[in-house]
Amino acid sequence: MKILVAVKQVAALDEDFEIRGDGRDVEPDCLIRDLNEWDDFSLEEAVKIKEAAAEPVEVVAVSVGPEEVDETLRKCLAKGADRAVRIWDAAMEGSDSIAIARVLAAAARREAPDLVFAGVQSSDQSFASTGIAAAAFLGWPHAAVVSHLAYSPGAPTAVFRRELEGGVLQEVEIRVPAVLTIQLGINTPRYASLRSIKQAAAKPIEVLSPADLQLTAADVGAAGSASRVRRMYVPDKGRAQLIEGDTAQQAARLADIIREFKGAAP
Amino acid sequence: MSGILIIAEQRRGELRPISLELVSAAQNLRRAGDQVSVAVLAAAPDRFIDPLSVAGVDEIVAVKVGLAEFDPDTFESAVGALVAARTPEVVLMAHSVDSFGYAAALAARLGLGFATDVFKTERIDGELVATRGGYGQKVNVEVDFPGRTTVLLAIRGNVWKPPEESAAPRITAFDPPPVQSRAAPREFIELAAGDDIDMTGAEFILSIGRGIGEEANVPKFRELAAAIGAELGCSRPIADAGWLPKSRQVGQSGKTASACKLYIAMGVSGAIQHLAGMKHVGTIVAVNSDAEASIFSVAKYGIVGDIFEIADELRQHF
Repeated sequence: MKILVAVKQVAALDEDFEIRGDGRDVEPDCLIRDLNEWDDFSLEEAVKIKEAAAEPVEVVAVSVGPEEVDETLRKCLAKGADRAVRIWDAAMEGSDSIAIARVLAAAARREAPDLVFAGVQSSDQSFASTGIAAAAFLGWPHAAVVSHLAYSPGAPTAVFRRELEGGVLQEVEIRVPAVLTIQLGINTPRYASLRSIKQAAAKPIEVLSPADLQLTAADVGAAGSASRVRRMYVPDKGRAQLIEGDTAQQAARLADIIREFKGAAP
Repeated sequence: MSGILIIAEQRRGELRPISLELVSAAQNLRRAGDQVSVAVLAAAPDRFIDPLSVAGVDEIVAVKVGLAEFDPDTFESAVGALVAARTPEVVLMAHSVDSFGYAAALAARLGLGFATDVFKTERIDGELVATRGGYGQKVNVEVDFPGRTTVLLAIRGNVWKPPEESAAPRITAFDPPPVQSRAAPREFIELAAGDDIDMTGAEFILSIGRGIGEEANVPKFRELAAAIGAELGCSRPIADAGWLPKSRQVGQSGKTASACKLYIAMGVSGAIQHLAGMKHVGTIVAVNSDAEASIFSVAKYGIVGDIFEIADELRQHF
């Protein structure tokens, strides 16, 4: 049995980031990169299934991106993935979530897993669409925002709960192979041990190009995308009225706000 | 390709508020002669005709589907058939748990232009342009859809105000093709209360987030909340870690703190889902050591400082 976990190296902006000269992205040197928080949970869910199974389960982490993404894949290897695959070439620059999904679907076709996990969304661009679009390209059953999962390797279906609004869950049974997008809180992701980090550093990462997956230039980059970034800018945001002063003065003002509210409350 | 097709959202017999917000979102995309149609997919769609009969809607399309509740295969098939039959220029749906389950699949399969979590739409030189957030909402991103004849936009909730006036749109029916779903929805599960608290009724909430650092610090804030007369709430990471019961989580996926008038957020950075669930609150006070935390963009008052020191000082006043 095999579980493919699609992971993303997300980028947060540092304090003095700047918009790139062409106005369509930020300067790349102001990005702080890490494994997407949601993907940490989906990787853990796959590793948990592996550890609980009687039969061998292989967990494969796959990511789309340039060489620097290897660092994120090594983190996945250290946290329990058995293998890591990275897909990239220069033609993929400018790919949106739909183009990335097409590449992930091609990778899944090659790996033929029983389950594909992806995060509900990424913390940087928050598309909430890559995993489910990949399911469409594969023609597989799919479900989003999974917050609890019961699956025994080899079973024809999985039973999960999806998290709705306002603290309501819905239980659903789905046929496998399937693509599930995993919600925060489904488990408690482990920390990698020093030993496993060392071992991960020595493991190979398989690097593929879209051509290796029978994709053409038209499938990726701008040509394979469903949207194009026209402009990126820093918005004028609403700004809280800051309560100044030392800690005692700030707390005193906050106490006043509370008393004013209580005085006004019926 | 012309016209705007809205996919209404319902759950357990209730129209979700975003459905009417989508009607408002459609209006500035409307060109001369454009029709705004609202499709509602349900086992008994007729019950939604009345609440959807609002100003700005030209047509309500009742789509009778086999399942009472949302299912990705059923919705993707029915909406796909409707888009193929109507060839709208724009399809609007909610950016929501349900659309997370099928919007991207629909866009991928039909080759639609596609953007999610859209909070602004406009036409620039005749071209449809959608704006969404990027890099954790730190920047705005304008996207367009070159070469696409139909564009699917998933719209953020609580941005557009629903129309207030009712109207009498034309009612039509659409028969979706039969579909064999590969998933079977079972029952709904209400979140166990955990403790006897209903955050939806709380008027004054003191909420804690990741900034409290560790579980051992929870009692300190519980005591402070009791002293100032607030209910103790929390952001998602605190509930996920099991430090407080899930029933105390506020924000979009947790309890909607609909009665809240004063909200003090300590160490809550303000993920978009949390902020969306708190937007209606009259007075938000944010206390955070990170001056760049997103919560300061929705708060009325802000204190940049150490939440533990502020908590200690505040406690002296009550």
